[in-house]
Amino acid sequence: MASSLPEPTHEPTHETARAAASEPVPSTVPEASRRRAVALESFLDNRLAIAGLVVIVLLVLFCFVGPLVYHTNQVNTRLAMETLPPGPGHPLGTDDVGYDVLGRLMVGGQTSLEVGVGAALVAVVVGVAWGAVAGYVGGVVDALMMRIVDAFLSIPVLFLLLFLATVFRPSVPMLIGVVGLTAWLIPARLVRGETLTLRTREYVQAARTMGVKAPTIIVRHIVTNSVGTILVNATFQIADAILVVAALSFLGLGIPPPAANWGAMLSNGLNFTYSGYWWLVYPAGIAIVVTVVAFNLVGDGLRDAFGMDRRR
Amino acid sequence: MIGYLVRRVGQSIVVLVLVTMIVFGLEQLLPGGPARAILGTHATPTAVAAFDRQNGLDASLPQQYWTWLTGVVRGNLGFSYVLNQSVVSLLGERLPKTAFLAGVSTAIALVVAVPLGLYQAERRNHLDDYAVTTLSFVLYSTPAFWLALLLIEFLAVRNHVFPAEAPQGGFSAIVADPKAMVLPVLTITLVTIAAFSRYVRSSALDQLTQDYVRMARSKGASKGRVLVTHVLRNAILPVVTLLGVYLPYILSGTLITEEIFNYPGVGLLFFDAATSQDYPVLLGVVLVVATATVVGSLLADIAYAVIDPRVRYHRPGGAS
Repeated sequence: MASSLPEPTHEPTHETARAAASEPVPSTVPEASRRRAVALESFLDNRLAIAGLVVIVLLVLFCFVGPLVYHTNQVNTRLAMETLPPGPGHPLGTDDVGYDVLGRLMVGGQTSLEVGVGAALVAVVVGVAWGAVAGYVGGVVDALMMRIVDAFLSIPVLFLLLFLATVFRPSVPMLIGVVGLTAWLIPARLVRGETLTLRTREYVQAARTMGVKAPTIIVRHIVTNSVGTILVNATFQIADAILVVAALSFLGLGIPPPAANWGAMLSNGLNFTYSGYWWLVYPAGIAIVVTVVAFNLVGDGLRDAFGMDRRR
Repeated sequence: MIGYLVRRVGQSIVVLVLVTMIVFGLEQLLPGGPARAILGTHATPTAVAAFDRQNGLDASLPQQYWTWLTGVVRGNLGFSYVLNQSVVSLLGERLPKTAFLAGVSTAIALVVAVPLGLYQAERRNHLDDYAVTTLSFVLYSTPAFWLALLLIEFLAVRNHVFPAEAPQGGFSAIVADPKAMVLPVLTITLVTIAAFSRYVRSSALDQLTQDYVRMARSKGASKGRVLVTHVLRNAILPVVTLLGVYLPYILSGTLITEEIFNYPGVGLLFFDAATSQDYPVLLGVVLVVATATVVGSLLADIAYAVIDPRVRYHRPGGAS
């Protein structure tokens, strides 16, 4: 069919189709701020999303304030006190080298949350910049930039991460970088789709006519008006990053001990499944599931609040 | 339609070329380059220099890329010095098994997720919808390796329902012991159902607000009839593209599952190669898996265009 405009090629995959369709009717009032007010109101009405948010706040308090109240030694191993069942002094028992499990859950949670949030941040910043530039510039540049996204997207994340983990020595900053750099593709696609509609708006046209430079337009108008899409995606990215880091720990390529994280605690605990040491498995496992569910609920709530298509 | 096909195939070819560049780039990341990766860290500089000369690695990067690419196109993906076998023959053995595992799991997931999602859409905001939604959230948020090990713990060790190890050897082993396939398939299926049913539910909810549904209802069609004859067809359309988009995630899932159940597919091959630093295998697998994904999503888009006339006759992407 010959209808292919000089318009950037627009494949009917969901990300792009959805992002293009998700735009509400144009209006003349400061759109971004008004939309944000409506979104906030509708988000606050969503009980599941609020529950998710409350859980996240509690988790952050637990991980970051908890150790200030509940002091444990998470540096020196004490083999005389290994695998003690939950009891007085150790509410969740001790692990196979004598660390207090409750205290380790707090410290490990710090790493898991930091890596999750850090990776999501990297992914969103890179993805937004890439998608906004591609969508705004358009033409051949856009087509090429999006094919690069497609190419990276076609390599399953775990395969790429496992390869990179054999090349680079895993550490917290390295994991944040690597997970972030494998996760920027979806935000890039979403923001590019958003940009395609935004750049035809009157205020963007007006700004361009007035001689405002492209970088300023992208930051002032495109990115600020895509903030909903970005926020929703960032929330899901955190959830996914926590799961990916856990999977890497299980494959033996996570952050090496003595640093703790939930994924490493869970995969270590699983070695003791048949010894009956359930407290080495379930606390860390449930912490991961609860955290990921909470971020997904908040993401879903935000997406509904911003009036986006419910499909992910 | 033809124009759309030509453009879509053209895009895929560009993507494939970029994939080869990425894989070639990954090879450059190897500590000490391919020579050190293959000869080991203790190789003498003379040996490294000799290896580089023999394999054309002293040429310029674009030249090396071209040599490598022409080799790949002729079916030369390198040689595994650890397993003493060519990467192509390794993949030939392993790829069909992973395709089988992923195919069966995805098919079962679809058969369950589509009716489940439709049912949830019809019963939205009722207790049973909440229950299924919660369950799929929890399944989706459980690390796949833990899910697999829980299945083993409860269905293989504590209750001897299914074996804990996948069938070893070729397809004849699978036919001989189909019960051993249950847990690996179930692991991938459960995670996939969780993702797909949420998607089908949303897609069906969109359709339920359309005029044609109100029309059908006002004509007196029963709930079930509206769902099955009207909503179903439109709601599963986007699932076709979802399959293409979701393929890499399923393949990531097979990596974990194959490792846990010792299922001799590409995922296990890749994992073993990662532990033994067998770089030719790692790069070969990445290249082949990425190619499979590109071809898969191309096929999904073509299928979508065939089923949904809106893609063919209007601006692509306008149909949703």
